[in-house]
This record gives sequence, structure tokens and C-alpha cells, in this order.
Amino acid sequence: MSESIYQEVILEHYRNPKNFGKLTNATKSTTVLNPLCGDAITMTVIFKGDVLKDIKFIGQGCAISQALTSQLTEHVKNKTKKQLRKLDRAFMIKLVGIELGPNRLKCALLPLEALKKLIV
Amino acid sequence: MRLFSKFGRKSQTLTMKTLDVTQIKKDFPIFEHNPHLVYLDSTATSLKPRQVIEALDAYYKHFSANIYRGVYEISEKATKEYEETRKVIADFIHAKPEEIIFTRNTTESLNLVAYALGRVIVDAGDEIVTTVAEHHSNFVPWQQLALENGAIFKVIDITDEGNLDIYVDKIKYQKSNIKDINQNSKINLESIITKRTKILVLTHISNVLGIVNPIKDIVKAAKAINPHIIVVVDGAQAVPHLPVNVSDLGSDFYAFSSHKMLGPTGVGVLWGKYELLSSMPPFNFGGEMIREVQIEKTVFKDPPQKFEAGTPHIAGVIALKEAVRYLKSIGLETVHDHEQYLLRYAVEALKEEFKKEIQIVVPEHNQKSGILAFNFKDYHPHDIAQILDENNVCIRAGHHCAMPLHKRLDLQATARASFYLYNTKEDVDKLIKGLQKVKNVLR
Repeated sequence: MSESIYQEVILEHYRNPKNFGKLTNATKSTTVLNPLCGDAITMTVIFKGDVLKDIKFIGQGCAISQALTSQLTEHVKNKTKKQLRKLDRAFMIKLVGIELGPNRLKCALLPLEALKKLIV
Repeated sequence: MRLFSKFGRKSQTLTMKTLDVTQIKKDFPIFEHNPHLVYLDSTATSLKPRQVIEALDAYYKHFSANIYRGVYEISEKATKEYEETRKVIADFIHAKPEEIIFTRNTTESLNLVAYALGRVIVDAGDEIVTTVAEHHSNFVPWQQLALENGAIFKVIDITDEGNLDIYVDKIKYQKSNIKDINQNSKINLESIITKRTKILVLTHISNVLGIVNPIKDIVKAAKAINPHIIVVVDGAQAVPHLPVNVSDLGSDFYAFSSHKMLGPTGVGVLWGKYELLSSMPPFNFGGEMIREVQIEKTVFKDPPQKFEAGTPHIAGVIALKEAVRYLKSIGLETVHDHEQYLLRYAVEALKEEFKKEIQIVVPEHNQKSGILAFNFKDYHPHDIAQILDENNVCIRAGHHCAMPLHKRLDLQATARASFYLYNTKEDVDKLIKGLQKVKNVLR
């Protein structure tokens, strides 16, 4: 039996997501979908100049996609666009903490896809 | 264990034709290598018995020559073994050997008909009819054909009970949401099939609903309206699980896959009526399918070789007959009864354990195969499948290549467990234990 990807950290974010909701005064928003499994994330952000001041998300889908979105939102506040651009696949895998199969990797990368769309 | 005794008692009320699963499991080497494996995904692909694996091995070790034109002994042996499978398959589904075409899989079999026949007979304004319950492989090829040729693509809906929406109550003679399909369910296709319907395609058994469509009655009703209609049946989920007699069903084509019926992957079967096969142009051009090639023209072989261009999966075809022999040695009726027993046991046990937390797609139906699609609380099916995997329980999660059906059911995805001859009551109990774990983990 392999190690569970449902580690306490992931489960905690899944049950009690951080930054859950919608910013009413958002400067930018985006929605990303994985039509294959129905995961969906809507992310709203406030940028002040180059700095991400606030972020919220609403979403539905599997525990991995939702927990990782929550974790990512915690990490990105007060970061500059330049810093945010550096966030990559490897960073998301590190957030998960253990190895993911190719099918679940897509779930973990969905929040990153949303963030990337907001910093172009 | 609490679960075993709890459900064990209940199962006594269910009748079961005995299948010695302990003995059967010994024939599947995967259980030697994964003794704790709980494999509930035979709808995707079945496990393989030793007899099939050994036949593959024997071809590669003892007579791995190409077929047909070799004039040496091992090539003749390969040809003989390959053609023998054609006879075995023909016998298995009550067809003639020359009507059996080997392809790569059900998908290719269906595409063969869509390309070689569909593109010839379907004109702008003609109709192609399918159902919303199809696997993508029996939906997309026809949808694309309709788009290319300007045909009308009609999709038969299902009722909330999961039945095709084609039944009228014989007594009341009105459309009704009958639960089971029985003698009082009369098929009415008048509002669907017309003289312009060139092709009707439908599945014998839905890979999500599990409902067995009454193909013979549907074909009869369709041909009564339009005697020229071509009926194509996707039998991928049927041939492994129940006796199929194509000459009795009355369809024109019938497609299925080796890998879902204990055979190797990479081999599919297309059965077609000989006159049709004979009149159709080839699908692929190449070696093995020609009689004579000149600079100006080519003369093709007769069916089935006309449709088998290039070197086929020789080992796979040869080994497929061992899968059929294995199934026959046990008896498809016995296999079917065993699956029915497991299905009823699973539905009862799941409902008893999880009550309203579990939503089973078509929980009760008098014509249902051993396929159990479900949703569990608000958990995503991928999470369910992943946590079950931690307990060595293999199920499938997603849309199962049936997106139009999931949309119709208003579901993003489902989890799906399916049963075959090597599954046991204990497998169901382990599924339930796994689902309890899912509940504990995701809360």
C-alpha cells in the first residue's frame, strides 16, 4: 500500500478552505475548469501595482484541487508578479507533499493554471 | 469481522448458482502477484486467465511467424491457429466465420462501419439515430459522420428510470415511465425512425446504467418502419457477460472487444452480415487484403480478409479463443447468475450501510448487468477511487466515456464498481469497508 495523498494538511484545507469566497472589489477574476472530472475554480484577486494584495476562491471538485487552491492562496499574498511567475509545477508538487499519479497531478495543477491567468 | 457476518446472514436469502470462485481465482495469475487485489473494474477491462497468457506466450516462443503467405511449417501453424479463432468466435455468437472481422477493439469495429458503409450510404438530409446512453465510441463516430455528410443526428433520450425512452404501455398505449422492461412494455419508434433513417446505432448494455436493451425487439420495431435501415450494435459489455446470438438479434453489425472478455488487449471483433460486408468498400488498404495489384487498379479479397489490411495482432487473436473456451467451460449463464447475485448483494449491502448517503444509478431493474455506478455523499468520485485504492480496491471514477449520459443524469462524474466471474461477496464487503474509510478520511 502506498502512502496516502490525503495527509492531514491536505484534509484540513479541504474541510476548512482558507480564503474561500469572492472579492467584491476584485481587480481581476478567472475561472478554470477540468471538464473531464468537473473540477472548477473561480479565483478573484486584488493587485496594488505589482503586488497581489488579496485573493479569494470558490470552487468545486475533488479534495486535491480544492485543498491545493486553498494552500496556494495562503502562499501568494503580498508577492509581486515576478515572484508569482516563478511558481511552477514543482512548487505545487511540493505543496502536496507526496508523489501524485499523472491523473491526480492535473487536479493539483488546476489552481496554478488559474493564478497564471491572473498575472499575465 | 462484523461486516462479513452482518451481510453474510442476509445473503442466504438470495439464491446463487454455485461458481467456485476460489478455484477460478487460481486460474488468474494476477492474484498470485497481488493476493489482496479487489478488482471491481471489469467493465473497463477484464483480468486474464492463465490459459490466455500461455497462448500468447506459446505463439511468441514456438511459432511467431506471419500468417497466410508463409510456405513453411510455423507460418502454416500460425495461420491455422489464427483462423481457428475466427471459427470459435463465429460459433460463440452464432455467426458464420467469414462474417467475423478482427480489428483492434470495439471502437475500431464501429469506426470501420462508420467509414466503410456510413460515408457511402448517408447523404445530406438523411438521419442517423443513436441514444444518449452510448459510450463515446458509439456516439462520436456517428456524430462526426452526420456533421460531415450533413445528416440529421437524432439521439434517443432515456427516462428517469434509465430505460430508453421508446416504450409505451401496452395496456394504456401511452408513453410511460415503466420501471422494468417486461411483456407489457411495447416499443414505439414511430416518432424516431423514419424512411430517411439510414443507420440506427445503440449499445446492447450501457457501461454506466448497466441496463440490457432488448435489441431483438428494437431491431424488429425499427425494421418494421424502415426495412432498409442498418442497425449497428455495440456489444462490448454484453458478449463477456451473457449469451449473444447475432443471427437471432437481427441487427446488421455487432461489435465487441477481446480484452473485456478475458482475452488479450488489442483485438476487437466486428460481425456483419455477409452481403453487406461483400458490398462495402475496404476500410484500410494494404497487405493481406488484396488479390491482385496492377498499376491502374487493385482487386480486393473477399470478406473478411478485405477488412484486415496489414499484419494483425496474431498472438492476440490466437489467444482470444482460449478466453472463449474458458468462458464456455464455466458457462455464460453461470457467470451471469453469479454477477446478478453479487449485484443484488452489493445494492442491498450498500443501501443498508449508507442509506441515503449513497445514490446508485439505476439501483433496481429487472434487466441489469453487474455494473454499479454511484455517488457517495458529496465526495468527488476521484477522491473515492483514490482512497479505495489505498485498500487495494480498484474501481473507476469519472464519466466512463459517456459524457452525454452524465449530462442527462445531471452528474459531473460517478464512481463505478463492476463484477465478473472472479469477484466474491468478500470483494463487496471490502468495497463497503473502503467506503467507510472514505467517510472517515473526508468527513
